This record gives sequence, structure tokens and C-alpha cells, in this order.
Amino acid sequence: MSSEKNDFKREMLAALPSLRAFAMSLIGRHDRADDLVQDTIMKAWAKQDHFQMGTNMKAWLFTILRNELYSQMRKRGREVQDSDGHFTESLAHHPEQYGSLDLQDFRRALEMLPPDQREAIILVGASGFSYEEAATICGCALGTIKSRVNRARQRLQDILQVQGENDYGPDETSAPITSRAFVS
Amino acid sequence: MKYKTGAGRTSGTTSWTEDPNAQIAAKLKALYQSVQEEAIPSRFLDLLEKLDAAEQQAVLQGRE
Repeated sequence: MSSEKNDFKREMLAALPSLRAFAMSLIGRHDRADDLVQDTIMKAWAKQDHFQMGTNMKAWLFTILRNELYSQMRKRGREVQDSDGHFTESLAHHPEQYGSLDLQDFRRALEMLPPDQREAIILVGASGFSYEEAATICGCALGTIKSRVNRARQRLQDILQVQGENDYGPDETSAPITSRAFVS
Repeated sequence: MKYKTGAGRTSGTTSWTEDPNAQIAAKLKALYQSVQEEAIPSRFLDLLEKLDAAEQQAVLQGRE
């Protein structure tokens, strides 16, 4: 019993770096991402009797984090729609939090995706889940995940291409706005 | 014709036209890994310790 408990804790610890990376990729801000991870840990701890040792702890935690994020977004209402604008603004003020310049552009583009496409491409393209696992985590059909990933790729290409062309065009503040106009 | 990389960008950046999908995949992974490779913040380690301790306390009290 108590060794099973230790296993649970150890597996949870092992999954934390990836869980944080998932949260950061979804939200874009360290403080809010870590708050979400904290909520997820507490939810998971309370639900640990539902977890079967030997099954995929990472997928289980990702599912909880995702459900928690969307339930918080529903409660906060409008903030969901505003997330990309808010994010690009915070980027401009705290560039040091977001890695290299090159990655900042990419992160900004990622933030412009609809949330369902964003999570799909992150789960499959970065977290290392199969399409099947990603579909389970998102609670949708396999075909839906595949089409979301494809649309995400296409959209990222479009956004990044526009950003590249705008290098000599609008300044840093207006560039996100103009490139968003192209994709919306 | 290739897109020129703009001022302030690293000159080593591969042209966007070469393989946009491969670039997207690489950047997505780089972004993800940059967070994944960070040390686990102590707030989470503390939290797990506290949850663990609280639970053991509850078990002990249940026995009394």
C-alpha cells in the first residue's frame, strides 16, 4: 500500500517536466502555466484511487490538466477569446521569458492557433503521443485529431510565412495584428 | 526566389521555403524542450511533500 503510494508520487514527479512543457505550450506564460500544473497535481492527488498503476501516468495527467484548463476558461469567459492578444502583448514586455528570438516568433504563431488545433499539434508533435493517445486525451475521434494537426501545420506555415515577409514591414507591435488579420 | 531573413535574425536560419513542415516540427520541439529541461520548481516538490504528509496524518488519525 505505502509502496504503491510512493510509486504514484514518483511517477507523477517523473511526468512533471513534460506536464509543465505542455501547460506552457498551451498557455504561453510561466506563471499561469505553473498555477495550472499545481491545480492539476492537487486534482490528480485527490483522484489517485482512479489511477491504475502500470497505465500511462503522463496521459492521465495531461487529460486532467487539459480538463482543468478548459473548465477554468469557461469560468473566466471572455478571457479565452482574448488570450492571443493578451499573450502577444505580454511577449513584447517580457521577452526574456520566452527563449530565443527565433522561438518567440514561433510561440507567437502557436498562440494564434485555435485552442483545439494548438493542443493537437503539441500533443502529437512535441509531447510524443500517438494520434490515438492524443484523441483519448482530448476526448475526440481519431480523425478529428488528425485533421486538427493538419490544419494546425497549415496555419502555422501561413502565419510564419506572413511574419517572414513582414520583416521589413510593420513594427513589432503591429505585426501580430496584421498577421492575425491574414489568418482570421 | 528565397525569402531573405530580416535584420536582427540569425544569419544561420534556414530559408522558410526549404521545408516549412520540418521547421515547424523542429521549432515546436525546441520550444517544448526548453521548458521540459528546466528543473522542477521547488513549489511542486513542496506541494507533493505536503500532500503526502497530510495524507499520512489522516491515516494515523484514522487509526486512533
